[in-house]
Amino acid sequence: MPADMEFFVDPHRCIGCRACEHACAECETHKGHSMIHIEYIERSTSVQTVPVVCMHCQSPTCADVCPADAIKRSADGRVMTARKPRCIACSNCVLACPFGVPKMMSEFDLMMKCDMCYDRTSTGRKPMCATVCPSGALTYGPRTEVEALRKRSKPSNTFRFGEQTITTKVHMMVPRDRPAAHLDVTAALDDRPAAGLIALNVLVDGPTVEEVR
Amino acid sequence: MSAPGEDPRVYPDHQPLPDQPHWRQDFPTDVPDDDHVARREFVKFLVLTSGAFAAGQCWLALAGPAPARGPFPRTRVATAIELEDRRVIEFRYPDEHEPCLALSLGPGRYVAYGQKCSHLACAVIPRLDRGELHCPCHNGSFEAEGGRPVAGPPRRPLPLVHLEVADGVVYATGFEPRTI
Repeated sequence: MPADMEFFVDPHRCIGCRACEHACAECETHKGHSMIHIEYIERSTSVQTVPVVCMHCQSPTCADVCPADAIKRSADGRVMTARKPRCIACSNCVLACPFGVPKMMSEFDLMMKCDMCYDRTSTGRKPMCATVCPSGALTYGPRTEVEALRKRSKPSNTFRFGEQTITTKVHMMVPRDRPAAHLDVTAALDDRPAAGLIALNVLVDGPTVEEVR
Repeated sequence: MSAPGEDPRVYPDHQPLPDQPHWRQDFPTDVPDDDHVARREFVKFLVLTSGAFAAGQCWLALAGPAPARGPFPRTRVATAIELEDRRVIEFRYPDEHEPCLALSLGPGRYVAYGQKCSHLACAVIPRLDRGELHCPCHNGSFEAEGGRPVAGPPRRPLPLVHLEVADGVVYATGFEPRTI
C-alpha cells in the first residue's frame, strides 16, 4: 500500500445506497458476505446513515482480547480477518471492538472483518467500497487531495471509547471549524438527541447538543 | 525498528514494548513479529504430508507404469564385426521411443541396455575406458558389465536388452525393465 494513500470516511455524505455493501460482497475472498455495513444513526427520526468499515486501530482491541492469537496486523498496519486455523469462534473480538466491525460467520466458525481490501490496495488499487461510493462518503486517496476537495471537513483519527483512547489508520471526516480532541464512540448511546435533531454529542470539546439547540 | 512503509505498533498506554506486560511479547499482534506455529497447524501439516506420501506410494504401486511385456520383435542391431569395431552402437528397441546402447566388452561379449537413466531418465553416456555408463544429470554411474548402479542417485539398474548372435549378426530379442 503506498504510504500516502489513506482511507477517509465522511459520514455526512453517506446516502445509504448500500452500493458499498454490494461491491464488498462481490469480492472473491468473501463472496456473498459484505464486510462493510450501514449503520442508522437515529432511525426513528432520521434517514442519516454511516458506513462502518474497520478503522484499523494502531492498538487493535480485537487482537488484544483474542484468546487464540488469531487476529493479526499486517506490516503496514492493517488488521486482518482472523486466521482460520486459529480462530475458535468465541466472538470475543465482536464484543470488544469499539466500532462493531468484526462479524462472526457461524457457518465457517470464523470471524471475518474488513481488511481494507488487502488484495486490491496492496497492488495500488482502491478498496471496493471506495471505488463504488457515489457520494464520496468512502474515499481512498492522498490526504492532501482530500483536504483540498473538502474545504469544510478535516480528517480525525483519534477516538475515545470509555477510558480508552484509540488511534486508527482510517480517518473520520469532522467539521473543520470545530476542532475536537477526539470523537467519542459511545456518546450517542448516552445522549439521545431530541426529535428532529441528528447532531450527536460525539465531537468532544465541540458544542453539545444543548448548545446547538 | 520498523522498516519504511511499516506502521509501528502503538500500545494503549503509549509505553514501548519492553514496558508492556509479558503476554504482549509472547503473543505479538503484528504479522512480522509473529513466528509462532500453532501445534494444531504443525500436526495438521505432519499428518497431511505423511498421508500424501503414503497415498502416493500406494498409487505408484497400483497405477505405476506397467513393465513392458512381450512378445518382443527380433530386431537387427548390427553385425558382430561392426559392434566390436565401434564398441558402442546406439539403436532403438522395442520401439522408436526407447533409445538403447549395445556395448562390446570384448570378443564375443556383447551387452545392451536401455539408455534412460533409472533415476530421472536422462540419457546415459558410455565410458568404456572406465567400464561404466555415466549419467551427466546427477553424476550417476552404472557398471558396464551388468548395468547396475555404482554411484550417484540411481538405485535401480538400467533396463536390460537381450541380445542374440546368429551368423555374425547381433539381434535384439527382449527388453527387461529391472527393479533389482
